Amino acid sequence: MERATLVSVEHLSRDYGGIRAVDDVSFELVRGEILGFLGPNGAGKTTTMQIISGNLAPSTGRVTINGIDILDNPKAAKAHIGYLPEQPPLYRELTVDEYLMYCARLNRIPAAECRAAVAVAKQRCGLLEVGRRLIDHLSKGFRQRVGIAQAIIHAPAVVILDEPTVGLDPIQIREIRNLIRELGRDHSVILSTHILPEVQSLCNRVQIINKGALVLNDTIEGLRRRMQASSLVVALRQAPTMDELRAVTGAQDIESLGEGRFRVHYKPEDDPAEALVAQAVRHGWGLHELTPERMSLEEIFVDITRTEQVPGHGPSGSTEEAA
Amino acid sequence: MIRIIAGRELRSLFLSPLAWSVLAVVQVIMAYIFLVRMELFFQLQPRLAGTSIGVTDIVVTYLYDNAAVVLMLIVPLLTMRLVSEERRSRTLTLLFSAPVSMTEIILGKYLGIMVFLLAMMGLMSLMPLSLLIWGNLDLGKFAACLLGLTLLLASFASLGLFISTLTVQPTIAAVGTFGALLLLWVLDWKGDSGGGTGSVLAYLSLLHHYVSLLQGMFSSRDVIYYLLFSVTFIVLSIQRLDGQRLQH
Repeated sequence: MERATLVSVEHLSRDYGGIRAVDDVSFELVRGEILGFLGPNGAGKTTTMQIISGNLAPSTGRVTINGIDILDNPKAAKAHIGYLPEQPPLYRELTVDEYLMYCARLNRIPAAECRAAVAVAKQRCGLLEVGRRLIDHLSKGFRQRVGIAQAIIHAPAVVILDEPTVGLDPIQIREIRNLIRELGRDHSVILSTHILPEVQSLCNRVQIINKGALVLNDTIEGLRRRMQASSLVVALRQAPTMDELRAVTGAQDIESLGEGRFRVHYKPEDDPAEALVAQAVRHGWGLHELTPERMSLEEIFVDITRTEQVPGHGPSGSTEEAA
Repeated sequence: MIRIIAGRELRSLFLSPLAWSVLAVVQVIMAYIFLVRMELFFQLQPRLAGTSIGVTDIVVTYLYDNAAVVLMLIVPLLTMRLVSEERRSRTLTLLFSAPVSMTEIILGKYLGIMVFLLAMMGLMSLMPLSLLIWGNLDLGKFAACLLGLTLLLASFASLGLFISTLTVQPTIAAVGTFGALLLLWVLDWKGDSGGGTGSVLAYLSLLHHYVSLLQGMFSSRDVIYYLLFSVTFIVLSIQRLDGQRLQH
């Protein structure tokens, strides 16, 4: 499968009566990529997704889907998009089958192929048993799945999911995640979420938006590198003095946590764990705990989104400034 | 595409008790009016012999005249949900994200509601048609009545659709539509006498053109008035839906 650019967003801005909800956002999405879209509430995630899906017009900027400009040629561009908004757009008085049939027709699937398309979407989203039930009578998890089925029914190149796992139970979340992972194989997926582990387990690339501006755009590997350990916690029964410890480990800084526990900060390139263990054995310090501390995605997220001043950001590649 | 949207609209209408109760209420009221006028006709029949006034004038014209008023009350209840309900339950996103143009969305909704209204009119028209059994229904006048009511319903529905695009609250759409229709209805009460503004207002009145059609006076002016009225509000609805993406 070629790595074609499916979504290209250039200098997108959107104002709501004087308030800038999205400010000069640019990024690209290639085929087979799952892009995690993170940000605090009100950061502009939903607005960006609404613009990409053609539900809102941008104040300035350009969105092209599969090379087609969404403002110049909305019908052709929208044919390549499946969109699940925060609240699934469901007609509650219809049954699942009727609703999906309507969605299939609405997305211009030829009448003869509609039935097959509905069957495939139902099968992928685990809806086979509820086809004849009214959407109104379904649980929230099933409604969410119907919403996803609606978004993928016409096999669009780009699937946009706005908080697809919100309000689901853990088992349902797992199922939906598996589904998204599967979708990522032959579609491109843009996924907005609050749940950080979800991004780590699902996405190839992460984007963090804060106050309307893109503050981080990095691959998941790049993010892992950021999360690498930079401190250790050691617990010693016969603790030496701080100076002794510092001399032994060559650490940048050591803080005492009390009761023989210390946090050792070091530069990523010289991990002192090995030396520390060897010295502890030699001097009989009674080492009984050694834990490398990792920076979680959550900490990175908080770190980035808390920063008030955000320097420039590029359309691709990593941005090193905010962390 | 328009047909698919219209089909969904109709299906949802008939899945709600609203459509059925509206059909039943209208039918009962119209049947009552029909029976009352039939009774009047039987009383008057001896005196009418020799005149040109027949059952069509006494029963049918009167029936359609009143149908217009009844439907003016009913149509806002049916058109109120068209767009506002979809906006409120966020299902409009489905239409906006699909490869469908605004024009198709609006025309689909309009077609859906028109099919329903015409079905209602069809049910109602079975009563005058039953007069054919004993055979002296003036088909020309009857056709003029049908045409008049169809055009009137088309105007009602287009105005209702437009007002429904303006608000998220179906009730407000209903009240707004009813108010606008009533105002357009009574606009010619000022009378023709003064000339000037009076005749302009009379020309704008929905009632004015309907009455002349009911009397069997087919004039292209009246037909064009209703067509222009409907097209104007349909275009405004499309504009409104399109404009919604631009500003908030």
